[in-house]
Amino acid sequence: MNPSVEVKERQMRPLSTAKAGEKVRLVRIDAGRGLNSRLASMGLVPNVELKVVSNGHPGPFVLIVKEAKVVLGRGVAQKILVK
Amino acid sequence: MKSIRVALAGNPNSGKTSVFNMLTGARQHVGNYPGVTVEKKEGQCTHRDWRITFVDLPGTYSLTAYSAEELIARNHIQEDRPDVVVDVVDASNLERNLYLATQIMEMNVPMVLAFNMSDLAERRGLKFDLDQLSHLLEMRIVPTVGNKGQGRTELLDAIVETAAAERRERVHRVTYGQEIEDKLIQIQQALDKTNSEVVARYGRRWLAIKLLEQDEDVMSKIHDRQVLEVVGRSVAHLRTILGDEPEIVMADRRYGFISGACQETIQSSVERRHDVSDTIDAVVTSRVLGLPIFLLLMYVVFFLTFKIGSYPMDWLEALFGMLADAITRHWPEGHAEWLRSLLVEGVIGGVGGVLVFLPNILLLFMAIALLEDSGYMARAAFVMDRIMHKIGLHGKSFIPMLIGFGCSVPAIMAARILENRRNQLTTIMVVPLMSCGARLTIYSLFIPAFFRPHWQGPMLWLIYLIGIVLGIIVAKVLRLTVFRGQTMPFVMELPPYRMPTSKSVFVHTWQRGWLYIRKAGTVILAVSIALWFAMNFPKPPADRLEGRSAQEARQEGLRHSMVGRVGLAVEPLLRPLGFDWRIGTALIGSVAAKELFVSQLGIIYAVESPDEEAPSLREQLRADYTPLVGFCAMLFCLISAPCIATVAMTRQETNSWGWALFQFFGLTGLAYVLTLLVYQVGRLWL
Repeated sequence: MNPSVEVKERQMRPLSTAKAGEKVRLVRIDAGRGLNSRLASMGLVPNVELKVVSNGHPGPFVLIVKEAKVVLGRGVAQKILVK
Repeated sequence: MKSIRVALAGNPNSGKTSVFNMLTGARQHVGNYPGVTVEKKEGQCTHRDWRITFVDLPGTYSLTAYSAEELIARNHIQEDRPDVVVDVVDASNLERNLYLATQIMEMNVPMVLAFNMSDLAERRGLKFDLDQLSHLLEMRIVPTVGNKGQGRTELLDAIVETAAAERRERVHRVTYGQEIEDKLIQIQQALDKTNSEVVARYGRRWLAIKLLEQDEDVMSKIHDRQVLEVVGRSVAHLRTILGDEPEIVMADRRYGFISGACQETIQSSVERRHDVSDTIDAVVTSRVLGLPIFLLLMYVVFFLTFKIGSYPMDWLEALFGMLADAITRHWPEGHAEWLRSLLVEGVIGGVGGVLVFLPNILLLFMAIALLEDSGYMARAAFVMDRIMHKIGLHGKSFIPMLIGFGCSVPAIMAARILENRRNQLTTIMVVPLMSCGARLTIYSLFIPAFFRPHWQGPMLWLIYLIGIVLGIIVAKVLRLTVFRGQTMPFVMELPPYRMPTSKSVFVHTWQRGWLYIRKAGTVILAVSIALWFAMNFPKPPADRLEGRSAQEARQEGLRHSMVGRVGLAVEPLLRPLGFDWRIGTALIGSVAAKELFVSQLGIIYAVESPDEEAPSLREQLRADYTPLVGFCAMLFCLISAPCIATVAMTRQETNSWGWALFQFFGLTGLAYVLTLLVYQVGRLWL
């Protein structure tokens, strides 16, 4: 594997670990095509900036993406990988 | 006068409905798309010398084949080919909203962009170069404020001008990058060789794009093996070189196109700040206060619907009573008595019995419209999701279930707020398990008849609780069997809070109310008449009624009628539950309306005033049955066969007799098994 890719992989973590107020960048979503495409249509595509409003531990997760406030279930937040 | 057809597309929360209402006023027609419970709204208006028919498409973020709403919107544009598609975008959140626009653009239909909520966008410090943006997107852009009625004339002008204009090929379009574009060309070439009819209808490029996205609906339309092979190879190739699914990369490129267009045309003077919405959200969605606030608001909705609604309901009831009295009084003695009875008991009793709920329905939907329009509904779903998710339902399912304690009919209608069909069906199926107001009359007859005062409260509580617990179990079981499938991952937009306008709340309320009057009224009328026949015919021979009092004659008549006979016939079946033919007959009657159980028992026991106040009826019940039978009768009434109005509403909302009958027989079967269990086990005990 290319070393630079390895570094990138190591920095990656699930969105669910991000704290309120944090700004992160989306890397990829490990989910089925249905969820992937639904999230994409709401603006969650690779490289987009996400601002975490609240990490409602436990429970839904609120973030701002492209000026819109979006709530995600915890399961969804775990599938989204950010850095 | 020239007529054109216009489709309205847009994101949820873009204010599309308010633009639709602004354009069409109250001249609307609400129906359902065939086979699905997605509302189909049409409206008309005339502008200059044009007659314009508007279709309000479901609000969507995209046009994929993953949800019913998106497919409906897409198929409408592709198959009905409207003359113009108006895309309503929330100007204060342009990038995300334009994503849908890029997909409509690919369908090659004339478009107009309604730049909605432009006042809000300005207040947020956004400045637009609309001429430039209009040039880049190659469509007219009109700033509107739907809920204040601003921009109507300009929008209508743009629509008719676009409809009249000559169609041209687009110059600017989303380009997906060299690798993908190459594959798109290859697929288009393969398409050219085949399927000329499908290609002609949908357009080569659009088909190629959808095939590369592996869109299930489009894939099923293409049968040519060669094309599918090219698609398969292309997808595999792109996956390796792009390192992601082609459709994700394509979504990314669309956003790229959008941000390119926005960069040149939008100036944002301020960064998105912590705004009022965030402050409200911090309170209403907080872990400590979220639930209490939600419950309080639900209490208000419940109170409004059933307490305030009870006054106009009483007036309506009195009105129907007066009507029935008037007919009875002025009926020529001895002439066509059956017709009088049909009119008074069948038609007025049946349809009137349903129409009296109209005030509740209107108030309920007014409350729901307020919650939805203000933006709170999305928060309510968020707050309740934690709990409802455990039984496999959506957070919003809580609302119909709560309303079910008042009446199942509006509750089933309220299940419309659920977007997912499986969730909606599951909710509709379990709503009748919430003890409705009509069943309370049964409980208030039985509980004092069989239980000592200090047991009465706990007994009522127990019956309600059994319904709730059963509802949870049934929902869970249904989600694991009949409505299996992944719980939709919870993803939802929290729209900014807005002040609801009286006009939009009024239009919303009226549409739902009218739907109730029209649809439920027709089915219920037919069924009420059928049930009236079953309860009155055949008549006992005249000699058997001789010398009997009016009450005894009624008792004899009921016993002799079809319902009475069925009651007698099913007695062996009901024996194991501890019921005799009298309870059986009353149960059959209660299918028309649950409260009829009480009045039927009244007729059977030939008591003078058959209401729950009558002490004589309670005494007779106590003499004939044990408390165990009394409890079993209540349990059976709680679970079994929902009333006709509920069945009719389930039929309407699911668009299928199948689901209505499934609910009817499923719940009755469940009632039978559980009551049998309770009675047989209870008998050993007591």
